[in-house]
Amino acid sequence: MNQTKDTTEPQNQAASASAAQPGTSRATPTLNVPPTLEAFMAQALAMENEAVDRYTDFADAMETHNNPEVAAMFRTMAGYEAKHAQQIMQEMGWTQAPAVALGSMAWTGFDAPEAAPSDAVHYLMRPWHALQLALAAEQRAEAFFGALADAATSDVVRKAALELQAEEAEHVVLVQAWLSKVPRPDNDWASDPDPPRYNE
Amino acid sequence: MNDRAPVAVLSAANYKSATKPIWCPGCGDFTVLGSVTRAMAILQRPPHEVAVVSGIGCSSRIPAYTTCYGFHGVHGRSLAAATGLKAARPELTVLVASGDGDGYSIGGNHFLHACRRNIDLTYIVMDNHVYGMTKGQASPTTEPDWDNKLSPGGSGVRAFHPLVIALASGANFVARAFAGDQNGTADIIAQAVRHPGFSFIEILSPCVTFRPEQREWKDKVHPATVLPTNDPARAARRIMTDDGFNIGVLYAGDRAPYHAGPKPARRTVAELEQEFAV
Amino acid sequence: MDTPTRPQPEPEFPTSPTPAAGATRTSLSIAIAGSGGSGVMTAGTLLLDAAARAGLYGLMVRTSGPQIRGGEAAALLRLGHEPMESLDDRFDLLLAIDWLNVHRFADEIPLHPQGLVIGGADGEQVPPVFLSSGARAVSLPLKKMAKAVPGSWINMLALGITGALAGLPVDALEAALRSGWKRSEAALEANLQALRSGMQAAAEIGGFPQLCGSSAQVRPGTGRWQISGNEAAGFGAVRGGVRFVAAYPITPATEMLEWMAPALAQIGGTLIQAEDELASINMIIGASYGGVPSLTATSGPGLALMTESIGLAVAAEVPIVIVDVMRGGPSTGIPAKSEQSDLSYAVSGLLGDAPRLVLAPSSIADCLATTAWAVELAEALQAPAIVLSDQFMGQSRAIIDRPSAEPTAPHRLTAAAHTPDYKRYRDTPSGVSPMAIPGTPGVEYTADGLEHAESALPSSQAHDHRLQLDKRERKLMRHSYGSRWADVEGDASLAVITFGSSSGPVREAIGRAARQGVRVRLIVLRLLAPLQPDVVEQALAGVQQVMVIEQNHGKQLLRYLRGMLDLPGRPSGFNRPGPLPLRPAELCEAIVAWSTKHMPQPQLCEETT
Repeated sequence: MNQTKDTTEPQNQAASASAAQPGTSRATPTLNVPPTLEAFMAQALAMENEAVDRYTDFADAMETHNNPEVAAMFRTMAGYEAKHAQQIMQEMGWTQAPAVALGSMAWTGFDAPEAAPSDAVHYLMRPWHALQLALAAEQRAEAFFGALADAATSDVVRKAALELQAEEAEHVVLVQAWLSKVPRPDNDWASDPDPPRYNE
Repeated sequence: MNDRAPVAVLSAANYKSATKPIWCPGCGDFTVLGSVTRAMAILQRPPHEVAVVSGIGCSSRIPAYTTCYGFHGVHGRSLAAATGLKAARPELTVLVASGDGDGYSIGGNHFLHACRRNIDLTYIVMDNHVYGMTKGQASPTTEPDWDNKLSPGGSGVRAFHPLVIALASGANFVARAFAGDQNGTADIIAQAVRHPGFSFIEILSPCVTFRPEQREWKDKVHPATVLPTNDPARAARRIMTDDGFNIGVLYAGDRAPYHAGPKPARRTVAELEQEFAV
Repeated sequence: MDTPTRPQPEPEFPTSPTPAAGATRTSLSIAIAGSGGSGVMTAGTLLLDAAARAGLYGLMVRTSGPQIRGGEAAALLRLGHEPMESLDDRFDLLLAIDWLNVHRFADEIPLHPQGLVIGGADGEQVPPVFLSSGARAVSLPLKKMAKAVPGSWINMLALGITGALAGLPVDALEAALRSGWKRSEAALEANLQALRSGMQAAAEIGGFPQLCGSSAQVRPGTGRWQISGNEAAGFGAVRGGVRFVAAYPITPATEMLEWMAPALAQIGGTLIQAEDELASINMIIGASYGGVPSLTATSGPGLALMTESIGLAVAAEVPIVIVDVMRGGPSTGIPAKSEQSDLSYAVSGLLGDAPRLVLAPSSIADCLATTAWAVELAEALQAPAIVLSDQFMGQSRAIIDRPSAEPTAPHRLTAAAHTPDYKRYRDTPSGVSPMAIPGTPGVEYTADGLEHAESALPSSQAHDHRLQLDKRERKLMRHSYGSRWADVEGDASLAVITFGSSSGPVREAIGRAARQGVRVRLIVLRLLAPLQPDVVEQALAGVQQVMVIEQNHGKQLLRYLRGMLDLPGRPSGFNRPGPLPLRPAELCEAIVAWSTKHMPQPQLCEETT
């Protein structure tokens, strides 16, 4: 697993773990490309919605753990993903997200490409870590749509995949720009002198 | 075309309450909550017809994070409370949630008998091989050599194997899931609820605070390579020889479930008096 | 062991407001708060440690939110020249490393009108609730100051500021930081620098009262310990002779078990983590039946699970000790907060007529002596002993004088091999009959929870039941418990009765009342069961009215005493449930009002020291 070492605490490599695609050590089946535009866009929408849920969970957890800066960032990210989801719904004329059958998803791994892994957060994480998660997510999404475009059997699906790939590429650039404005955390960002507490 | 108003389709969001979980960021239980709400959305049972019963521990906090009816009882007795609820109100969908400490240690006895009774409940245990809420003691599924303050050097006691116990005791549906596999786990939960009798799902749910090494689990879990079986002996062999990271439905049986609920009344209370009359 | 006459701390805020800033005081109350990684608990522990090194006494209580890590937390300290057994009414200083959710502790950190609030320069507002007392706010840019010393922790800055304001010498603070430092030298240097930087900043804040005089003299012949109630109880058990423990984790008792686990392993004892409390109690009964002094520790919910089996220990006359670190009840209640609401259960909650010993340590230091005494009594009387500690004592840390008591060997009356006509439950004048220990030839018997004859064989005969009930009651009631059963202080016709951690604020309140000319006798019960009426009567000689003070909702001690004894006059009570601790001022007010109501003539105001 490729890990950037920005901490001395080996167990606190939450942020760097996001670089690895979860579940990819399993045998990766060939991409299950959706045959129709409808099916494809339904999956793209599902992807966005998973990202919204994931970022919202992260934001709630950060808020509860007194990390308001990062909580705010995750809420903003959830907002962006929600906007993308809304765009897809509008384009397709949907009022409700169509169900996507389990097992028909085109992506490999447990999480949709755009959702950061659920264990990739830490209560002391800094904004820089959050943006790294977001960056990795957008990069995965971009790569995913590219792979789908290559494997697509119908022209209309290929076209849609390429469009979405281009959009994700824009997001990558946006996140990179955001990242450049945020300070890199110190090596001891994860150190907490206090032990965990008894509660119940 | 009929004139009925379309029935609103319930989404996972309809099953999630506004209460923010106190779980540590990164806790596996977040995605388990997601799986539960997604499973409910697959089943489309309205929240007011679902009850989530739990014990004490981090995992047992889950009822208040759903919009269903919830019961946060005492340590280790969630299955007993759930059995009472289901027996009195068999038409409800009853989910039971617990952790490895609550469910297998103090709750061990009730676990055995709930499986025996085979009453129609779905029992999910979020297993992280540790007591999280009391700050890091060994649980029954902890490795015997895991050093901790209460058992320095490790407990030295063989780890509990809940799937085998469940199967041997009479559970009708036995499965293993992984918290990180949100959709897969949701599917297993939905199947479990649909399957009659006592359905048991052991969900591997990493604890990032006390067992950070469990981040490796996502690389160790793999789908079960065979289809679920209804042959207990075959299932027992699989479960006893697998590597502990085999994900999927391992046993889906045909054991007769316990008839929950009162039988239809045949006499009135007044009629009972006849027994005493001279 | 004699209980020494305890010096009473000087009352802090009698009727007049605080002396002008810059004046000296005999105790200071300091709170350090913050969240997520700010290291508040560590800072508090180091401050307490530094105070000990400077020759002071102190008490530290911790409070936190429900999160396992990263939650809001506060360390509440009281430092002074005498052993501290109670928090004061108000805090002189609140330093917040950050203010996230710290307002949740407002009830626990009432500030003095002349108090000081530090923090908030880094962009966060001081929550108004902390300023409503009139305390003044001083803005210090803590985060910026911490950043100015790279590699340092912000809580070391906080340590420096609070330590300096409290008047602690720099060597005491530095020594506290150095001792037990486990990280790199470079990090130590950085943190020492942060500490000094904090001390410097404090020097520029004027008008904070100083602890009076230079360091107090350490009493000759005693050392000092820094210890928690849970650790003290664990150590007391070991000193008393316990060598087998079986227990199940439960807040707030787990630390006692986690202390005992390695300790027992080192001295040839055993600790087993049981699957639940029913297993725990039965395991220790088994071990004790086998001859080894045994103990378990739990809290209310666990104690309740042990009910039937404690009765087994009563019926089979097997000595065991159960430490109940009481928490908010009922049921799951408030696990991390203190209350004295298991009393009724402990003294009367067993099925059948089941006499048992109930003891209550009255301070962190007393947790050691009383737990050791419980072991001694359980072994001598072949009965279960419940020790009612509580979360306040269990999880707080204090600086105490080294207890003078030395380890005792438990004395259990055992049967000699081949005793002729041995009967395990033979009636004796004292009620105690020799216990045969497995492995001893010629005196084999079967212990039984079933009622039994003297031979130990089960019996449903009226004669046997009566005899055994009388025997089990007599052995406790006839025993001579000496002077340890209660601390009786002062001579007056009004008496206040209390137990456990309430005794700290009660004692302080009585001291303050005395300054107002109100004299009251204090009885702190240590042996709650059995109650020996003639002994209590002696302690109440000359008393016309009693007031019972306790931290629960149901007036449990008052009702118990009224049921068991003929109390003089019209007994009354002051009670408040948890989670907040009783405070000296409210108790003093209640005592004075009660006294005014009952005293036919006002007492002459004598010169008080």
